Amino acid sequence: MLTMMMSITHRITGAGLYFGTLVLAWWLIAAATGPAAFATANWFMGTIIGRLILFGFTWALFTHMLGGIRHMIQDTGRCMEHPQREYLAQATLWGGIVLTILVWVIAYSVR
Amino acid sequence: MVELALPKNSQIKPGKTWPKPAAAKNVREFRVYRWNPDDGKNPSIDTYYVDMDDCGPMVLDAILYIKNKIDPTLTFRRSCREGICGSCAMNIDGTNTLACTKDMSSINGVVKIYPLPHMEVVKDLVPDLTRFYAQHASIEPWLKTVTPKPEKEWRQSHDDRLKLDGLYECILCACCSTSCPSYWWNGDRYLGPAALLQAYRWLIDSRDESTGERLDNLEDPFRLYRCHTIMNCAKACPKGLNPAKAIAEIKNMMISRQV
Repeated sequence: MLTMMMSITHRITGAGLYFGTLVLAWWLIAAATGPAAFATANWFMGTIIGRLILFGFTWALFTHMLGGIRHMIQDTGRCMEHPQREYLAQATLWGGIVLTILVWVIAYSVR
Repeated sequence: MVELALPKNSQIKPGKTWPKPAAAKNVREFRVYRWNPDDGKNPSIDTYYVDMDDCGPMVLDAILYIKNKIDPTLTFRRSCREGICGSCAMNIDGTNTLACTKDMSSINGVVKIYPLPHMEVVKDLVPDLTRFYAQHASIEPWLKTVTPKPEKEWRQSHDDRLKLDGLYECILCACCSTSCPSYWWNGDRYLGPAALLQAYRWLIDSRDESTGERLDNLEDPFRLYRCHTIMNCAKACPKGLNPAKAIAEIKNMMISRQV
């Protein structure tokens, strides 16, 4: 079950990253445009919705990255057997969640 | 392409509930997909009750019970009843498998039986496998040689013969290919796990002398490269084979002949 779930999750997070990159591009363009535009972008990122989007973007980024590493390992023919393939799918799922939380805990603690 | 909803004429409507066998104590409920090409109606799910005290342990036993004692119009394929012919492949309890080797005690509650997913249905539990067989034929599953024939047989070392284990056992039941989302969506251009497992079986056969041409035939964005290691194939295979791994090995052969 999980190998199939992580496959479609990889695709969905990949599509989500396009959206997240747009947000990132907006932030960078605003920073280049001037203080007023940057303040608007920064204000939006600080709202609950903005933070939720950034949190989702972080999760999508890590999950997609770990999915990419999973593909790289399996492209060599390794970890294709049962139960290694299940462990790898579990690692992608939980690794993405743990790394996301870790980044946000660090971000908030150094702020 | 991706289809998220069934076409109108394929949407499943409620079906008939057949009477319980008289005087049976140990009864089990079966819900079975029915479709008749001749009556112009949509497919439906019929409900049957099987007397488990009068029936063998496998799902095929129950299907035969239904056909023999309740409803002779139920249509399905079966032959060897021991997992070697691949005829009775169907979707049982949400997984593609062989009805003859699927133990009913491994299923909780109602037993739900559908034909293999995303194939054209001929009738009831019988899918149309024409394209599936054509894809198998397209990988030319026979020994191809150019050197003069030896006096006796084509010889092979024990080690080279061992490489065919886990590949030659395929019975072409189509459980793997019809469990693969890539095959559902691009089954007209992607060869699917079953055909590719057999492609690999001939690619690594030490006696075969057309490895290059075989790889050329697979070097295509769709035929081989629609595999995204979803792994449903390996999970579904009733013979415990691993088509996903074979496909990964073919991709590696593609790379190693380029460097």
